[in-house]
Amino acid sequence: MIVVELPQHLRTLARVGAAVRIEVEGEVTQRSVLDALEARYPMLRGTIRDHVTQERRPFLRFFACQEDLSHELPDMPLPRAVADGKEPFLIIGAIAGG
Amino acid sequence: MSKVRVLVGTRKGAFILTSDGKRQKWDVNGPHFAGWEIYHLKGSPLDPDRLYASQSSGWFGQLIQRSSDGGKTWEPVGNKFVYDGVPGTHQWYDGTPHPWEFKRVWHLEPSLTEAETVYAGVEDAAMFRSTDAGQTWEELSGLRKHGSGPHWTPGAGGMGLHTILIDPGNPRRMFIAISAAGVFRTEDAGKTWQPINQGLRSEHIPDPTAEVGHCVHRIAMHPSRPNVLFMQKHWDVMRSDNAGDSWREVSGNLPTDFGFPIDVHAHEPETIYVVPIKSDSEHFPIAGKLQVYRSRTGGNEWEALTKGLPQSNCYVNVLRDAMAVDSLDSCGVYFGTTGGQVYASADAGDSWAPIVHDLPAVMSVEVQTLP
Repeated sequence: MIVVELPQHLRTLARVGAAVRIEVEGEVTQRSVLDALEARYPMLRGTIRDHVTQERRPFLRFFACQEDLSHELPDMPLPRAVADGKEPFLIIGAIAGG
Repeated sequence: MSKVRVLVGTRKGAFILTSDGKRQKWDVNGPHFAGWEIYHLKGSPLDPDRLYASQSSGWFGQLIQRSSDGGKTWEPVGNKFVYDGVPGTHQWYDGTPHPWEFKRVWHLEPSLTEAETVYAGVEDAAMFRSTDAGQTWEELSGLRKHGSGPHWTPGAGGMGLHTILIDPGNPRRMFIAISAAGVFRTEDAGKTWQPINQGLRSEHIPDPTAEVGHCVHRIAMHPSRPNVLFMQKHWDVMRSDNAGDSWREVSGNLPTDFGFPIDVHAHEPETIYVVPIKSDSEHFPIAGKLQVYRSRTGGNEWEALTKGLPQSNCYVNVLRDAMAVDSLDSCGVYFGTTGGQVYASADAGDSWAPIVHDLPAVMSVEVQTLP
């Protein structure tokens, strides 16, 4: 099981707590994790990635294992600790605006 | 006894204000979608408990929420707004071509005749339709592709399609308005469109009488007279008596003809309301006095309505979608301000009182008159 932590507004939208556990088939990558997340919580579609381009929304960042993975290619494997469910995949809203 | 439900969209959530027909005591419910920008909420005229809300955020994009119980509970529905075909370009502020990019939904307009149909006006300007109560959306691309689209430019607040009026006698005829392109009309339910801006004059654009390019802030009609349209343009209050084929100015004795909202009395088609704002560089009332102006003659002759409104040190704005009327007798008039006040008049504007005065900046106000 992969652990994904969501920002507060998306927790409210999906009606979940801070962390959700999802099953990911095949290699654990940004794309496969987000695909599985959106399949389980369809209301999140379009809020993390653009509907059409599937690119990360500009004011969101992806972190895991104390690394910023936001600019990694979406099909790059995520760290082993994430794939093993020992560390969460963090989706974080940028601190911007007011 | 009848009831009134006021739907308020703000910069930080939605609020629902309810009262009985006297409109003196109000219940305030909210915030719904706390922390999100709510550009607009509106109820279906066919099923008043069916509400739609446009919820958006710079971080998470656009959501559409739907309620089937008058706003007690909500569910997110479809938020996939994809332009038809290759979107192409419109004109940017500096005159260069700029790609069409979806940003947000400014206005939601449920159909008058089909319970599951709702229209959405979006930024960058386009019109979308859902025939499954908001689950899926398709662009009515005849508007964006009718020919003048590459010449449309954003207003200061973006290039939004902000007004959708449906002719009650002929739902295939609709009027929409875009900042800063102008007004357009369809006679075939959105398949084809024509610009209807003849008579508008905008000194701040290269050709002041151009077919498109006018910064129309809002248009309004009375349901009994769909050929008569009223407009608050960037500057100028305008009127058309031929469904937009031509317009004439009716600013008359207004102290300033800049402003955003315009609306029509529920029972008197010649009684209209505007909120004069000092100028396009000073978005607040003249001399700090918040005044609604009413014309009982369809324009030209205006009277200031001030009873109950702040007459000193008031420097708020009233945005284009932030005024509405109920259909009780006498007609109730409502508007919200960027200072977070929602004012109500239960006597057609003669006197006003705040329902609430400390909400986030108000972006939209709609009213439902319920049995």
